[in-house]
Amino acid sequence: MSAHERQAIVSLLATLLLAMFFVGYLLPRYPVGNPYAPEVFRFWGVAFVILVPVSIVANIAVSIVFAVVSAMATRQIASSFADERDKFIQLRALRNALFAFIGGFSLAMGSLAIGMPPSVMFIVLMGSGYGSGLVGNITQLYLYRKGS
Amino acid sequence: MGTWVIRNNIRKLRFYHDEMTQQQLAEKVMVTRQTIIAIEKGKYTPSLELAFRLARAFDAPFEEVFFVEETNG
Repeated sequence: MSAHERQAIVSLLATLLLAMFFVGYLLPRYPVGNPYAPEVFRFWGVAFVILVPVSIVANIAVSIVFAVVSAMATRQIASSFADERDKFIQLRALRNALFAFIGGFSLAMGSLAIGMPPSVMFIVLMGSGYGSGLVGNITQLYLYRKGS
Repeated sequence: MGTWVIRNNIRKLRFYHDEMTQQQLAEKVMVTRQTIIAIEKGKYTPSLELAFRLARAFDAPFEEVFFVEETNG
C-alpha cells in the first residue's frame, strides 16, 4: 500500500470522526421546541462556525500524527511529493466530491421547497458536506487501488 | 476509424538498460514508482511531457517507447 493510499484512508477516518463529533457533541445541544424559533437558526449558525475551523484543525492534526506514526513505522520521512498521476486522481476525487455536494445541496433546497422545517435543510446540508468528503476520499482510494 | 489504444515498451526498454528498476526510472523522470507501474500496465496514459521524459531516459526515439494499436469497433 502506497503512502498516498494510506493518506486517503487516514482522511476518510478523520472525516468519519468529525461526523461522529457532530452527532455526539452538537446534536444533543439542539434547542427543542418551535422549529422556526430564532434559537434554532442561531444554533445552526454556531454549529457551522464551530465545525469549519474544527474540521480544518482536526485534518491538519490527523495529517501530522499520521506523518509521525508513518515515519516511525517505516523509518522513512513521508514524502509530500505528488506527480501528475496523483494530481489527476486528486482532480477526479474533487470532481466526484463536488457532484456529491451539489446533489446534497439540491436535496437541502428541495426539503425547503416541499415545506419541511429549516433544521432538515441544515442537517442535509451538513450531511452532504461530510458525504462529499467521504466520496472524495473513497474515489481517491478506489483509483489508487485500481492502479489507474 | 477504430479505437486507439496507446501501448508502450517500457518494461522491455528497462530490461535492455541494465535491468533498470522501476524506482530508478521513476527517479529519472521525477514521478513515483506507482506511476511507472500504472504506465507499464497500460492503466495510465502519461502526459506528453512525461512521455518525452521517458523517451529521453532511455535515450530512445519517442516511437520506440510508445506506439498505437488500433482496434476495430
